[in-house]
Amino acid sequence: MATSTSKVWDKQLVGSAPVMTINASPRDEKWPARLKEEYTSLIQYISKNKENGNDWFKIESDKEGKKWIGKCWHTQNYTKYEFSFEFSIPSAYPNSAPEILIPELEGKTAKMYKGGKICLTDHFYPLWARNTPKYGISHLLIFGLSPWIAVEIPDLLEKGLISK
Amino acid sequence: MDNPTTHGLEEELRACKQKIQNLLRENEQLEMEMQQMKDPKNSLSSNLIPNECERSMSGEVNSENRYSRLMALQKMGVVSDYTRIIQCSVVIIGIGGIGIVAAEMLSRCGIGELILIDHDSVELANMNRMFYRPEHSGMTKVEAAKQSLTIINSDVKVSGFNLDVTNLDNYDIILSLIQSDTPSRQRLVLCCVDNFSARMSINQLCLEARVPWLESGLSENAVSGHIQFIVPGVTACFACAPPLVVATGLEASLKKEGVCVASLPTTSAIIAGLLVQNALKYILRFGKCTEVLAYNSIQDFFSSYCLKPNPKCSFKLCLQRQEEVIKNSENCMSNNIFLPQQDESIQLEEVSKDNEWNIEVVEEVADEMRENETEVCELKDLTNEELNELLKIS
Ligand SMILES: [Zn+2]
Repeated sequence: MATSTSKVWDKQLVGSAPVMTINASPRDEKWPARLKEEYTSLIQYISKNKENGNDWFKIESDKEGKKWIGKCWHTQNYTKYEFSFEFSIPSAYPNSAPEILIPELEGKTAKMYKGGKICLTDHFYPLWARNTPKYGISHLLIFGLSPWIAVEIPDLLEKGLISK
Repeated sequence: MDNPTTHGLEEELRACKQKIQNLLRENEQLEMEMQQMKDPKNSLSSNLIPNECERSMSGEVNSENRYSRLMALQKMGVVSDYTRIIQCSVVIIGIGGIGIVAAEMLSRCGIGELILIDHDSVELANMNRMFYRPEHSGMTKVEAAKQSLTIINSDVKVSGFNLDVTNLDNYDIILSLIQSDTPSRQRLVLCCVDNFSARMSINQLCLEARVPWLESGLSENAVSGHIQFIVPGVTACFACAPPLVVATGLEASLKKEGVCVASLPTTSAIIAGLLVQNALKYILRFGKCTEVLAYNSIQDFFSSYCLKPNPKCSFKLCLQRQEEVIKNSENCMSNNIFLPQQDESIQLEEVSKDNEWNIEVVEEVADEMRENETEVCELKDLTNEELNELLKIS
């Protein structure tokens, strides 16, 4: 997957997002401050994507910022394919990254675990580990979700496993 | 967009069901305990709920004594007091290929208590490893394990919890399971999970509980594995040395395509053996525990080394524990179990040098941050609720 990913997924296209400065999990008293950084980073990243005509997801959280849901999309042959994703903040966050679920694609691809968790590339975990606690949800989406979508969706379309 | 409240409710419902399950289990145990109190002669129920205060181990050599070979360790001078094992509770998180074999070994050794945590069910695909039987298919691993382990040695108190260790909602329950309820009871955690996230959660839990733990893992191709003994503040924690995460065997958790990683009953059992051997050395105080021990079956090569705590560890609790250890170095727990040799120590910087990752983005991102500073100022005055609303319409 690693090699095929680098062929298809272009980091330049996905852009980058502001990093976090506060190291806190939802169990920490500093979590609201960290959460603020997460929201800010996401808002700025999304607005930048829109400026560049490269808007590719929407996201929101529950009140405490522990559960997140969103939609991401992939455009191919002038058709937009949209998928709902979700994840929860794990107890060791930000030291460990959340696991992204796309339940509607469960059973359609081998690159998914039970329950619809997507398999991240082997680059992702070392990258996350090296950049903790600076990386946040924006980076999870940039380096986790985006390459997966870029590789898997065209493949699923080719195999006829998803339609409009 | 899905209704976030529906989503939240579903999650809550799931958590609630989990709690009900656990309470039912607790209820079942308490009922059995009550029954035992009423009728202490009832051998069946007293077997199910053994009381370690009444438990004893005889060194008498006869074919009916299940502990005679173990008590011989004492006679031969390997251990000073084998019965210490009765006072120990071991929490095993993850009872797959390694964890369940470790559980069986500890049961056969007559460990005081086993607390098993796993959220998986037994599948036929697990049959290439030891312990589980085809008829267990479909049962939760904790149920199947409890059933079989009780038959193997009914002296051991076994409890099982069907919980996902990474789930924030389970954090407090698991923390209470790994925290010692009685000071006289020794507690040790064995980490036998198969993914990075779960290891990080266990790292957090054990740092918070100040409980020593042994981490274990297999390589994705099933031919090598490792164990790592972690004492909060004394040794490197699991996050202290991120390069190690990649260098020795964490491949198993960095799963690639195809989902299915290889596994062998041999490598799993070898690593389980090394894991429990070190657990026993710690519990029974003999020999010297190994901090990191890696096994490569291709060359039949074992490497062993120490990892010092990283003063820049990303886990804040790790830094706190390091400080505590420095402050009261004389009464610090088990500081002497390793007797680490200086020349064997690997410096963290050296390890990180041979680690080449393909993606380089850190500096770039930092620039971006500066670029965006003006915008940050505007968002700074908003509350989190307002930010989430803004995010929704972004
Ligand atoms: Zn650490």
